[in-house]
Amino acid sequence: MAEHGATVLRVCRAVVGPVDAEDAWSETFLSALRAYPDLPADANVEAWLVTIAHRRAVDVGRARSRRAVPTDSLPDRPASHADPASRDPDLWTALQRLPTKQRQALAYHHVAGLPFAEIAELLGNSPDAARRAAADGLKTLRKYYREDETA
Amino acid sequence: MTTNIFDELDADDGALQRLHSRLERDADAADLLDIAYRTVDTPVGTLLLAATTAGLVRVAYDVEGHDAVLTSLADRISPRVLRAPARLDSVARQIDEYFAKRRKVFEVAVDLRLAEGFRRSVIEHLREIGYGNRESYAAVAAAIGSPRAVRAVGTACAHNPLPVVIPCHRVVRSDGSTGQYVGGPLAKSTLLNLEAA
Repeated sequence: MAEHGATVLRVCRAVVGPVDAEDAWSETFLSALRAYPDLPADANVEAWLVTIAHRRAVDVGRARSRRAVPTDSLPDRPASHADPASRDPDLWTALQRLPTKQRQALAYHHVAGLPFAEIAELLGNSPDAARRAAADGLKTLRKYYREDETA
Repeated sequence: MTTNIFDELDADDGALQRLHSRLERDADAADLLDIAYRTVDTPVGTLLLAATTAGLVRVAYDVEGHDAVLTSLADRISPRVLRAPARLDSVARQIDEYFAKRRKVFEVAVDLRLAEGFRRSVIEHLREIGYGNRESYAAVAAAIGSPRAVRAVGTACAHNPLPVVIPCHRVVRSDGSTGQYVGGPLAKSTLLNLEAA
């Protein structure tokens, strides 16, 4: 299972951001260990993990909004260890400006490589809508991201 | 299409190692760590150590194929297999001490579920053969009350789930030659020479 750890972490970072990503990752693998004995032998393990990561990321996002951390009291760098947010602040800022479904569609397709039919099942829409969300998201992201880079 | 801009989200090794350690602790606390494993480097090659919550369940030589052994454990015991060195720290330390000639007896909880029936009787008897001693296949067969089952004793030794820790290497041929070994004949003579020195 550990061989998919890197992909799942990148998906979590894209969807919930670098700070909550580690909680989402841990919850994902813990849930996966719990459910693993019931997984069919021929299942696509990575796609299955992304499915769990999607649900756990939604949970982590909910928990965070309930906690309602006052933003003005947050330090500039929330963690002392190598934090991707401090390395690539622009990409995450740009991702954060996208609607949730676009961000999810982007992450599941471009980071995890899931087909749109499976993404549609996760997002509760149609494969066409999932494809559009990813395309629109990528277009907007390119615009924000390039602006930030050249700013 | 230019390069994938998501490459910037790259998962660094530091973060993954930290997350893996956290997963080991969380899984253990949640009783989801059915099989923990690690490896240890020794004069007879890299040994794979695997433990259930009951105790050490498998020691495997390189030649057995560590991946194949882990797959077999996943099939036979539980697919919840995780590299988690903490549970095996004590065993690894005792193996280091054994090869440094500072230990003659292993004090570890063992889980013998991989040896059943006749093979289990053989394995249980092997634990009574002391450090530096040797016993013939025929003597082992006689000791467990099946004097004609000499060949079956050889098979049982070859399937010892815990080589080194349970000393199947101390069982040799009646003519004094070392005989076969799961880790190869060279590993067997290395262990016998270590104990004889």
